[in-house]
Amino acid sequence: MLVPTFTWGAVMHWLRTLQAYPAFLRISLLSNLQYRASGAIWMIGSILEPVVYLTVWSTVARSQGGSVGGYTPEEFAAYYMTLLLVNHLTFTWVMHEFQYRVQYGHFSFALLRPIHPIHEDIALNLSFKAVQLAVILPALILLGLAFHPRFDLDPLSVALFLPALAMGFLLRFLFEWTLAMAAFWTTRVTAINQSYFSVQMLLSGRVAPISLLPSWVAAAAGFLPFYYASGFPVEVALGRLSTDQVLRGFGIQLVWITVAAAVISLVWRRSARKFTAVGS
Amino acid sequence: MSTVIEIDRLSKSYVVPVRGAGVRASIVSLVKRKTRTVEAVKEISLSVEAGEVVGFLGPNGAGKTTTLKMLSGLLHPTGGTASVLGFEPWKRNNDFLRQITLVMGQRNQLIWDIPVIDSFDRNRVIYRLTREEYRERLDELVELLELGELLSKPVRNLSLGERMKCEVAAALLHHPRILFLDEPTLGLDVSMQRRLRTFVEQYNKRTGATVLLTSHYMADVEALCPRVVVIHHGELLFDGKLADLVRKFSAQKTLVLELEESQEDLSRFGQVVSQEGSRATLRVPKQDTAEVTARILRELKVQDLNVADPPIDEIIDQVFSRGMA
Repeated sequence: MLVPTFTWGAVMHWLRTLQAYPAFLRISLLSNLQYRASGAIWMIGSILEPVVYLTVWSTVARSQGGSVGGYTPEEFAAYYMTLLLVNHLTFTWVMHEFQYRVQYGHFSFALLRPIHPIHEDIALNLSFKAVQLAVILPALILLGLAFHPRFDLDPLSVALFLPALAMGFLLRFLFEWTLAMAAFWTTRVTAINQSYFSVQMLLSGRVAPISLLPSWVAAAAGFLPFYYASGFPVEVALGRLSTDQVLRGFGIQLVWITVAAAVISLVWRRSARKFTAVGS
Repeated sequence: MSTVIEIDRLSKSYVVPVRGAGVRASIVSLVKRKTRTVEAVKEISLSVEAGEVVGFLGPNGAGKTTTLKMLSGLLHPTGGTASVLGFEPWKRNNDFLRQITLVMGQRNQLIWDIPVIDSFDRNRVIYRLTREEYRERLDELVELLELGELLSKPVRNLSLGERMKCEVAAALLHHPRILFLDEPTLGLDVSMQRRLRTFVEQYNKRTGATVLLTSHYMADVEALCPRVVVIHHGELLFDGKLADLVRKFSAQKTLVLELEESQEDLSRFGQVVSQEGSRATLRVPKQDTAEVTARILRELKVQDLNVADPPIDEIIDQVFSRGMA
């Protein structure tokens, strides 16, 4: 069960499951260190994307007399640099991986282990992020030198950023793990993945801060999960949101986390049954 | 002795799409999907006592692996019931999973890029072993399988045989009560096969674990399994002692002769399988064995005579090629 139910036995179960994490993290760190070079190459794409948007929006702001939608070029720089960090810390690759796992029967062993496979996925994801910070942090320093960002950081915003980021990570992870399970039902998940990534791109705040989007798109983004794993933590950190907006954002994050966790625990058994009906 | 596995009319059928070759056929199949049902396992019933070592024999596609997968919880059956240690396997209760293990010869669950010992450590936390339990079992397995210097090597640097030993060790760290071994010796050289066989035997004696094993290699089954289950086309053909299988299906005996003089034509005694110099091998119908032996001893100068069952491979081969007698 992924949705916590607060009985004594369930609490014990959760504690014992958490005890597996130190070893999972250590082991996945070893694996990820083996691939540090190829991982770093992979990171180039994630670094270039915000740089492209940052350049475009800075040019627009300058041509509009110094700012657009309340962002000056220096504020865009702060936004996209923070987004680069947030996106690095919250992105997942489970949707690509599931298809491969189902196709090649890698789930067989996962199903026969007395622990839910999602825990090892989380550990693998976290350790990859830790290793690749070695690429991201220098990149941020270089971007800082090139684009002169303006950060107005206050301690409260920074303090609120941490839970916003942690929940954003969990939300995105659970949400994408849920969608990834589609691989159990169809062998053509690439189409699903592609549509998801297009929507995610637009509504998460990666193309533009969502306040710059047409109002109905921004309104939709305000309810959907995408923004709360990327743009929201960024805007919290930069102090661009009112206390009300921040609290509402935390609320929506919690709702989506609960929904995704519930869907996983409901669908997981069914999809595993689907898998075991077909065999591998 | 208590029953640990109880299977009643267990069946598994797959629905597979049928589609002809070519563009036309694939367009037709878009509109009108044709399927057919493949019965991989048909109403198999058997029970296994704690501590037994049972060998599943059968040609490729007979249904051995499907049966093993159902019993370990990887496949959902389409009919019948099974109880393993009191659990319905395909519900994959964690308490059930902690007591079994499945080793599949050509699949690996060790993590490719990191040292073997780290994959072992992963199983320690997955199976919730205390550090003392882990240490103790690891030492035992390292000694029995001679893993010592392999532990610090990344899995990708191991040979197939070395990897298989490590796979087996990883699969046994949690001291499972039931071992499902699917072709554990596939692709291994003869000496490595023997090593693994000896190990399974020792493990069974030491821990009293129940072992269900499929293999192409008769030697595995001969050495390990007092009881064999023969499956062919998804049906259970035979369940009993290996010796009874031989008695039941072998219609012939093999006579090996050592003669004083060679070059004798022996075809009047039976089918000559081989004849080299003074040594000859004959095949005779089982019921004539006594009479033929007596004639040979009377008519020829024999130094040595040995009557045996034909190699078990041949018997099995006969069973499968002619179907159920």
